[in-house]
Amino acid sequence: MLDDFMIRAALAGIGLALAAGPLGCFVVWRRMAFFGDATAHAAILGVALALAFSTSIFLGTLAAALVMALTVSTLAGRGWAVDTTLGVLAHSALAFGLIAISFVQGVRVDLESYLFGDILAVNLTDLAVIWSGALVVLALIGWRWSGLLTATLSEDLAQASGVRPGRERMVLTLALAVVVAVAIKVVGALLIAAMLIIPAAAARGFARTPEAMALGAIAAGALSAIGGLQASLHFDTPAGPSIVAAAAILFALSVTLSALRGRA
Amino acid sequence: MSLLSADDVAVRFGGATVLDGVSLSIEAGEIVTVIGPNGSGKSTLMRALLGIVPVNRGRVVHSPGLRIGYVPQRLAIDRGLPMPVGRFLSLPRRHSAAKAAAALARVGMAGLEKRAMSDLSGGQFQRVLLARALLMQPQILILDEPTQGLDQPGEAAFYRLIDEVRKETGCAVLMVSHDLHVVMAASDRVICLNGHICCEGAPHVVSNAPEYRALFGLGTQGALALYQHRHDHDHDHDHGHGHDHAHPHHIHETPDA
Repeated sequence: MLDDFMIRAALAGIGLALAAGPLGCFVVWRRMAFFGDATAHAAILGVALALAFSTSIFLGTLAAALVMALTVSTLAGRGWAVDTTLGVLAHSALAFGLIAISFVQGVRVDLESYLFGDILAVNLTDLAVIWSGALVVLALIGWRWSGLLTATLSEDLAQASGVRPGRERMVLTLALAVVVAVAIKVVGALLIAAMLIIPAAAARGFARTPEAMALGAIAAGALSAIGGLQASLHFDTPAGPSIVAAAAILFALSVTLSALRGRA
Repeated sequence: MSLLSADDVAVRFGGATVLDGVSLSIEAGEIVTVIGPNGSGKSTLMRALLGIVPVNRGRVVHSPGLRIGYVPQRLAIDRGLPMPVGRFLSLPRRHSAAKAAAALARVGMAGLEKRAMSDLSGGQFQRVLLARALLMQPQILILDEPTQGLDQPGEAAFYRLIDEVRKETGCAVLMVSHDLHVVMAASDRVICLNGHICCEGAPHVVSNAPEYRALFGLGTQGALALYQHRHDHDHDHDHGHGHDHAHPHHIHETPDA
């Protein structure tokens, strides 16, 4: 069954949805959308480094994403203007990454596959990496769920109840770096943030509790992956963007339905 | 030993000294109110006592295993985060449904577990925050301007509620307020703060202190006298009133702080 490239692609997309759903909820609740972007763009720099040192792309992107995420969260903690800082870092990382890749000799690099993903080329090893990463992130978020939620509501309230907000921020930073490294193969560096935010936003209208929203985001992400892949096959469109487009359509439907339900 | 004490505490943000040489201690069961003008470091003091803000000098000591119920100044919940009241009460530690229901009933919000936090009025929101604090079975309640944004009947009702809770549980109350007359009469001790402790003592002692008058002017004298006069017969008739009940006795003459 796993011989079929479409099945492998669908499984890769579902794996990403599993991790990106709950993490994406925190990205939405804590308004970290741009933070996700910066981390994802740094992954391109990671790709260049991995090619230059001929290590695995996964490790390269993981390292670059981790360094970027830690840098941004440290600077934000010191009271830098987050918006500007993130903008500078995100786009510089992307630009330097693209330049660095152009210097890599010997290998013919298919840049597009890193920018927009290459989900149809996912092999069994990729699949194992994606699912391990996703399960690690899921376990991490599940383990810290209550503390994460409290710190998201109010850092003061969390601290007063014995939760350390700094540690919870670190959990999210780590999880984000892992998701970025996992997602680069699926939707590519430019659209990772979309897979974090859009499924979570689509789940919001129907969720009455944070837990329901996280599960809804997983479902919306998985549905987008499957729907996007089918559409890509049918209309011969690029797979990564098709998945994100499917998520966007799902979001539009969800907003419309919950608006109608609100009026009824 | 004291529940909570600060010894020569200083807090600086960047170059600015917000608190300097603050020493205080809170004993079991007492009501202490901290008053001071805007920017006098009241919230910072609470946050330093809670361990949220690190102190640059001195130290803050909690009695071993101290249980604190904290009601923050205000809490903005992102609309993207669906949060029913019942779920909120169980953060970060889960409480049984029966305990949560009892805490909600205590603050006059019985049966509202399923209501979204974002649909609550200001007064209801503060009551839920108080219910959450009560679930910690606190030895001390720390409230940072808990009635900010409430109308005057709502404010009076909230203070009555705190007074009742304290009588039932015997917990200490440490409260920040700008509403001088309501709070002062209910307090065992008032601390007047302006970066440092200007003066402290029983309400009537503080209200006559020259340092207090220099900060708040003489206008509060009348309001304080009015409230203390009322205070003798206050508790007979106003239990069980809804917070939006117009209460003719609570005439507020809020001084310009």
